[in-house]
Amino acid sequence: MLRSMLFLPGNNPNMLINGNCLGADAVIFDLEDAVSPAEKDAARILVRNTMRYMDFGGCGRIVRINSIDTPYWRKDLDQIMPYKPDMILLPKSGSAADVLAADEYMTELEEKLGFAANTVGLMPLIETAMGVENSFAIASSTKRIRALFLGAEDLTADLRCKRTKEGREIEYARTRLVVAARAANIDVFDTPFTDVNDDEGIVVDAELAKALGFSGKASISPRHVEVINRVFSPTMAEIDYAYEVIEAIRIAKEQGKGAIALRGKMIDAPIVARAERTISMAVEMGLGREV
Amino acid sequence: MNPILYPASAGTLESSDVFVEIAPAENGIEIDLNSVVQAQFGEEILAVVREVLDECGVENASLRIQDRGALDCVIRARVETAVNRGKGEN
Repeated sequence: MLRSMLFLPGNNPNMLINGNCLGADAVIFDLEDAVSPAEKDAARILVRNTMRYMDFGGCGRIVRINSIDTPYWRKDLDQIMPYKPDMILLPKSGSAADVLAADEYMTELEEKLGFAANTVGLMPLIETAMGVENSFAIASSTKRIRALFLGAEDLTADLRCKRTKEGREIEYARTRLVVAARAANIDVFDTPFTDVNDDEGIVVDAELAKALGFSGKASISPRHVEVINRVFSPTMAEIDYAYEVIEAIRIAKEQGKGAIALRGKMIDAPIVARAERTISMAVEMGLGREV
Repeated sequence: MNPILYPASAGTLESSDVFVEIAPAENGIEIDLNSVVQAQFGEEILAVVREVLDECGVENASLRIQDRGALDCVIRARVETAVNRGKGEN
């Protein structure tokens, strides 16, 4: 279950060592924007050691490496890959070729390390106009890709528009990425809400992302994690309804009925699939039983 | 094994970090440690520092270390970074 991802600056020991206690489903160790060029070497080794020596339990580990147009990204992967992060977040993914360059080097390292192919996932960070336009080609370019990730700050700079809390300027990018990711049968994660002191704004922004079809949302502040987890979790009413759907299907099968209705609404395959996903999340959260 | 060629440093003086300064030397390893947990963990910290220097093949160096309660993995990272910088390998 991956609803929330919390960015941690890669050269800050105090944040890194406490990262697994902040409630996020995954942390993103950031070697890119959070680290100055003069400290790239230090952050790379610090993040590597954090992954090597610290137990993050059920908290996922993602590393944002530097983009492939820098001299850093191969060195980042050299240090990080031996410790099997769940995913590499690849900034400024603008085309399938960008992603395939990273994929090729990751494959080379996996072979050297004796890992099975695609042990480490890849999550392209879409943060340019070109990336948005190429989003389906990127999403479907290699089996290593587990999800797309929208980065609105760089994107709005590229679009030459102002980044606002309401986010109208990224409506197209959000919906385009959701469609591209779902068409490629992968997850998709929304950009962080950057006003860490706006407790109401994060709720509205997360609910909008959930309504559009995002799988979850990133955060730059531990304060937003609890809201994101709540918004992207099924409610008790949704869980109860999911069990009702599964039970109705079971009874219909017993009675040999083809089509059935529940609460006056036709139950079809997409509704069953959604109910199964809801129950799967409920079980993982300890709120439901297997069926 | 490349020797330490230049004075270099790594880390910060912030909480949970350690600031490591390294410089060329000729007569083995010399370490000046100042730690907020010196009484309890001074010997352990010195052992970790010497282990990293050994792994990096450093036989001669002078180090000044100001620890702000860094965990073992952080101390290891900062010493390794300072060594790499001192060798000119960063």
